[in-house]
Amino acid sequence: MIDQVPLTHILFLSTALFFIGAYGFLTRRNMITMLMSVELILNSVNINLVAFNRYLHPNIDGVIFTLFIIAIAAAEAAVAIAIIISLYRKINSIDPEQADELKY
Amino acid sequence: MLNASTLLLIPLLPLLSFLFISFIGKKYLPTLSGTISVLVLSASAILSLAVAYNYFFVVGMTNGFYQAIIPMKLEWLRFSPGVSIDMGIILDPISVMMLVVVTFISLMVHIYSLGYMKGEERFAVYYSFLDLFTFSMLGLVIASNLFQMYFFWELVGVSSYLLIGYYFTKPSAVAAAKKAFIVTRFADLGFLIGILVLSFHSGTLDIQTLIARLTTSDTTFYASATFTGFMGVSSLTWGLALVFIGGAGKSAMFPLHIWLPDAMEGPTPVSALIHAATMVVAGVYLVARLFPIYAISSPHLLELIGYIGIISSALAAIIACTQTDIKRVLAYSTISQIGYMLASLGVSTYGGLNGEGFSASMFHLFTHAFFKALLFLCAGSVIHYVHSNEVRDMGGLRKKMPITHLCFLLACLAIAGIPPLSGFFSKEEILAAAFAHNQTIFYIAWLTAGLTSFYMFRLYFLTFWNKDYVSHHDTHEHHSEGSWNMKLPLIILMLGAVGAGFVPFHHLITSDGQPYESEFHLNITLMAVGLSLFAIIIATIFYRKKNNLSDKISSSISQLYDFAYHKFYFDEVYQFVTQRILFNTIGALSSWFDKNIVNGAVNTTAFITEAFSETIKPLQSGKVQGYALAFLFGILGLIAILFFFNF
Repeated sequence: MIDQVPLTHILFLSTALFFIGAYGFLTRRNMITMLMSVELILNSVNINLVAFNRYLHPNIDGVIFTLFIIAIAAAEAAVAIAIIISLYRKINSIDPEQADELKY
Repeated sequence: MLNASTLLLIPLLPLLSFLFISFIGKKYLPTLSGTISVLVLSASAILSLAVAYNYFFVVGMTNGFYQAIIPMKLEWLRFSPGVSIDMGIILDPISVMMLVVVTFISLMVHIYSLGYMKGEERFAVYYSFLDLFTFSMLGLVIASNLFQMYFFWELVGVSSYLLIGYYFTKPSAVAAAKKAFIVTRFADLGFLIGILVLSFHSGTLDIQTLIARLTTSDTTFYASATFTGFMGVSSLTWGLALVFIGGAGKSAMFPLHIWLPDAMEGPTPVSALIHAATMVVAGVYLVARLFPIYAISSPHLLELIGYIGIISSALAAIIACTQTDIKRVLAYSTISQIGYMLASLGVSTYGGLNGEGFSASMFHLFTHAFFKALLFLCAGSVIHYVHSNEVRDMGGLRKKMPITHLCFLLACLAIAGIPPLSGFFSKEEILAAAFAHNQTIFYIAWLTAGLTSFYMFRLYFLTFWNKDYVSHHDTHEHHSEGSWNMKLPLIILMLGAVGAGFVPFHHLITSDGQPYESEFHLNITLMAVGLSLFAIIIATIFYRKKNNLSDKISSSISQLYDFAYHKFYFDEVYQFVTQRILFNTIGALSSWFDKNIVNGAVNTTAFITEAFSETIKPLQSGKVQGYALAFLFGILGLIAILFFFNF
């Protein structure tokens, strides 16, 4: 059944997901939502990898990379949330606009 | 006896004394510092005498030659293999002789200063400077490396600056100190460049190696030094000439002599030290140290040095005849005698009897140290008594200060070359050497000897005879000619000035280290002594009793007299050159260039940088999402470019 879905559809889905994530990352004023946007971007990449694995290079590599990225994403979420918590303790806000001490 | 540790003590003792007085003595033992210094210097002087005895009579002579001994050499700073600055000690006849002269004269000055400087506010500081001066000169004398010599050469300059400017509340003393420092420093620039030229070609800074490489004509070093050149003169000669400029600056040779008369602003014992043992003889010593190179590789330059010496000698003698400041007369007489020494080196060649000029020069340096130190210390006593430098405030002092009078008279006879005092022997040797090798120099030297006798006896009669002494300071009427510590050095130096001539110099110090038998030249002796006696008689007629004979003579040649009285307007010429040409023209131009072009360029660069960074500063906003956006667009842009160029 899946063979009836062409590759382009899946790529379209992943591209849309990527840009939704990027848009969210750039516009949200809340670091938790920014983190969620990053997850979207990562997942769009995962979809890409799985799709190419299925359609173009039918071996195990793509799946392994996907699992790898999921593990990395989990670690990244842990680190990011730790940063967000300590930032909140410092400036009482999780708005990235407020954390601009490194400007000129 | 000639081991390194003993020898090191000779210069290091004064250095330790200097450090001790500067850091501890000045504060806690202000009056005892002088005694400490004297004791330390005595130890140095005794060690020097012992070293001299050992060198000349025990170990120095091998195979009929006095060999140079190097008991110690430490590599200090290495530039490349072979070229390094070492700290070493060289012992050869001239350095051993100088060790004795420097420590002995310095000791006399130290003792004398106990009385002369008594009650001075900065008594301890004075002694620390004297010790620094002595240390520098001793280091210069025993230097085995040309750069080591330069090192101590500059130290001598610094300590002379400190001592000339000792009375730093007097503007004239400050000016004199600056003048001495700047003129000699200017000349030292020549010395430094000369060292660089010589070491570049010879690949060494070690004096002995340098001499060996630059005097044997079949070495590559010699070839490189003589093959290259500038304006038709080989770089070897240029190097030697530049080194001599340094020496001429320190030795106050024409036309770099202007600092020496002004240096009289320092305390009188310091003048004695500068003129007799340290500082001014350094230039002669430098030429003597490198003498083989001068004599073998560049005889024409040596001849030029001889002419410079004799011209300085004659000019200084003429100026001395017109001066009325007792110390200035002595200062010009020093220039004259140093000129004699250089002239004597100039008529010498290397080795054997032809090298008698070298021997005579060192001999004169030796005897001159005694009688010139004596003259200055006597002048110090007179100034101490009269409270004035001007001879018109003196006169008739022979009854008031009998010992000083006797010493001064004997020193005058010695410098005039009357037998059997020391100056006679050394002057005869110089005149004989000049007669044998260069008749022009001989005749100028002969006339200068006459002038020397004249102005010395003019000074003697004006100070001690001429009129009855009238004190201008009633409160000081009762005081005598000085305490024992001022008289003792006078008497010791007087013995030296009388007896130093009997040292058989041509057996001890010769250009190649080989003793020779000197000949006695009766005709030259008669000529010189006759002229001296004649000059003394003229001086007696003019100045023994107060009369207007001398005024008549000077007004009949008033133009020449004025010319000489104003020191041939050398100071004015220098003033003109520095003030008008250097400061007002070149200085003003370069100041404008510096202010507008150089400064302008720097300021413009700074302005552009600032404006640019001000513009791009907002890019660093500190907002993460802004950076992310830029990053995203950057990546997209790169992708677009990749697509566009079809990679």
